[in-house]
Amino acid sequence: MAGNKRLMKELAENQSTPPPGCKISLENDDDILLWNVTMTAPSDSIYAGGNFKILIKIPKEYPFKPPVLNFKTKVYHPNVTNDENGSMCLGMLRPDEWKPPNKISDVLKLVRTVLAAPQPDDAVEQGIADQYKNNRKEFEKVAKDWVNKYAK
Amino acid sequence: MPIATRKRKADSTTASADATSEPQRKLTKVSKALQKDSISQEQAALPATPQTLTSDKGMDSDDDFNSVASSMDLGEEMSSSVDFGAGESDVDIDDDYQDDGAFDATAKDLAPKRKHFEVEFKVYSPQDIQSQQDTQIAEVANLLEQPSEATAILLRHTRWNKERLIEQYMDNQEQMLDKAGLGQEINQNPPRVVVKNGFTCDICCEDGPGLETFAMNCNHRFCTDCYRQYLTQKIKDEGEAARIKCPGDGCRKIIDAKSLDLLVPNELTDRYHQLLMRTYVDDKESLKWCPAPNCVYAVECGVKKRDLNKIVPTVHCECKQSFCFGCTLPDHQPCPCVLVKRWIKKCEDDSETANWISANTKECPKCNSTIEKNGGCNHMTCRKCKNEFCWMCMGLWSEHGTSWYNCNRFEERSGTDARDAQAKSRQSLERYLHYYNRYANHEQSARLDKDIFHKTERKMTLLQSTSGMSWIEVQFMEAASQALQQCRQTLKWTYAFAYYLARNNQTEIFEDNQKDLEMAVENLSEMFEKPTDQLAGLKVEMMDKTTYCMRRRVILLDDTAKNLKEETWKFNVELR
Repeated sequence: MAGNKRLMKELAENQSTPPPGCKISLENDDDILLWNVTMTAPSDSIYAGGNFKILIKIPKEYPFKPPVLNFKTKVYHPNVTNDENGSMCLGMLRPDEWKPPNKISDVLKLVRTVLAAPQPDDAVEQGIADQYKNNRKEFEKVAKDWVNKYAK
Repeated sequence: MPIATRKRKADSTTASADATSEPQRKLTKVSKALQKDSISQEQAALPATPQTLTSDKGMDSDDDFNSVASSMDLGEEMSSSVDFGAGESDVDIDDDYQDDGAFDATAKDLAPKRKHFEVEFKVYSPQDIQSQQDTQIAEVANLLEQPSEATAILLRHTRWNKERLIEQYMDNQEQMLDKAGLGQEINQNPPRVVVKNGFTCDICCEDGPGLETFAMNCNHRFCTDCYRQYLTQKIKDEGEAARIKCPGDGCRKIIDAKSLDLLVPNELTDRYHQLLMRTYVDDKESLKWCPAPNCVYAVECGVKKRDLNKIVPTVHCECKQSFCFGCTLPDHQPCPCVLVKRWIKKCEDDSETANWISANTKECPKCNSTIEKNGGCNHMTCRKCKNEFCWMCMGLWSEHGTSWYNCNRFEERSGTDARDAQAKSRQSLERYLHYYNRYANHEQSARLDKDIFHKTERKMTLLQSTSGMSWIEVQFMEAASQALQQCRQTLKWTYAFAYYLARNNQTEIFEDNQKDLEMAVENLSEMFEKPTDQLAGLKVEMMDKTTYCMRRRVILLDDTAKNLKEETWKFNVELR
């Protein structure tokens, strides 16, 4: 199938020259559709020092459907759902925005950018978004607390 | 008795075939909301005459009499449909003839007068809808000097608002094309598949020699396999058609029908065009799909959303489904859409449970547990907190002193208040139940009438073969059954309607009409249940009763609709 050749190529590329701050491996060696990513938060962001485990589930229809991202490390962020899934649904990750030429490395770059610069107007956690907008100090305090508690 | 006097132009495919060449087109026939009974014999004998019938040439068949031969193209036909707009609405709604000089005097005299509860509508087949689109596209394409594929995209972008499209296009052509997802150079380069060597597809990473590739004018080139799969997924899985973008990263160009036809297999093209048709109907306020399962027809009706408090636009599809054009629920005349919605919600949600609780229970004065009285004795002991109190005055039982079992503190203020609240709640519940039970009863009876009819139908067939009665002779049963269904449907909704009516002189007339119809229906229903061997003898009586029922129904509906239109009903809720 079309996706396989591309996926092999993407995996190889991502492992030899990973996107900034990312380490990529397969969750199971025989399953190319489940990727494990460890993302180091940008050092100039409030999440600095945190290492976030992200699971990427690649649909069978890839690249015609977008991959699904789950933060396995808890993160206090307006664009990441505050539940056991830690889902993110932003920009190219949205099924109607996704275009087949988009690559997983593009997705990871986007995720790292959003990590550093939350987009409260596109939030999945409205409460956190409101806090981010109105009480930045408190937001940063909790976010840093969570980094220390979960991401180290 | 004619069940339907409507006819439709059977051969609507001819219309679509010469859609582009022939300016004078015949529309699928205009059907009128008509009663399937014989309101009067003369009326029944007449075909349902469309309002916009013009004395155009070329009426060569029976069907043409029923079809609209209009010198306007379909697009104009659409926009010229009756407008029930505010301000002029009364005139429009009331104007039974929409006199455009098309009728001569005799035609006018003969034309059945439209009842207050009837609305004008047209039923379209998929072919009609397709040809409507084709005509509009052809016309606008001509004007804008764009190929029809591009014009279609432009029209869809403006939701088939021709005037707006032309205005914006003339205003700023480039911007308009860009916004609609079209490039400038759409005129050149017809879409084609190109074999490219040394090309790597960005989607699948194939780079073999002889790879077939495709790109639209935006030049985002991918191999045809990927392009095809992309389109397949959009159409099949996502049900997308009018807004499929180029697969190129960030590209907003919309794929046109020609490119699509080139790339995907036939069955998918069919689905694509089906979806496009769907968006066409969805985009138009005056068009709605018939909600019946598997029905392919669409209905056009000029009743606007803002007028739904003044009119209940019941339309009748070719598939025999009668539905409300406003909310697409099954026919709910005489009750306007807002009240129907309210009523259904009221009957569904368990606010009535709460009502029941407040009408039938009291709270323990000590622990507030809800208590239902289960015996005659006023000496209550709360199961939960063991508090003993008097059901009548809610006071402590011990305080009753020696006059136990005979509450003598009846006149105490707190007790009176509690009783008032109780009585009020009980009354409102009883009022609701009064209407609900009758509503529900007609719903159920309609079902049972149908069952009986099916049973009887079998018996009649048997009777037919044994007694030598002809098929046509047993048709009165069918007519009676239809009448029962229709009348019960109406009666059902009269009760929901009545529930929301504020009481005045008008409601009394309404209730009289309701009572008359109900009695007639119950009479007919009773005859209907008679054993088969008696049915033949009841034939004349049943036919009379059927006619009478339908007449009573028309009277009730007409009166209600007239008052609704004139906004003279007083409701106990706001029509919102």
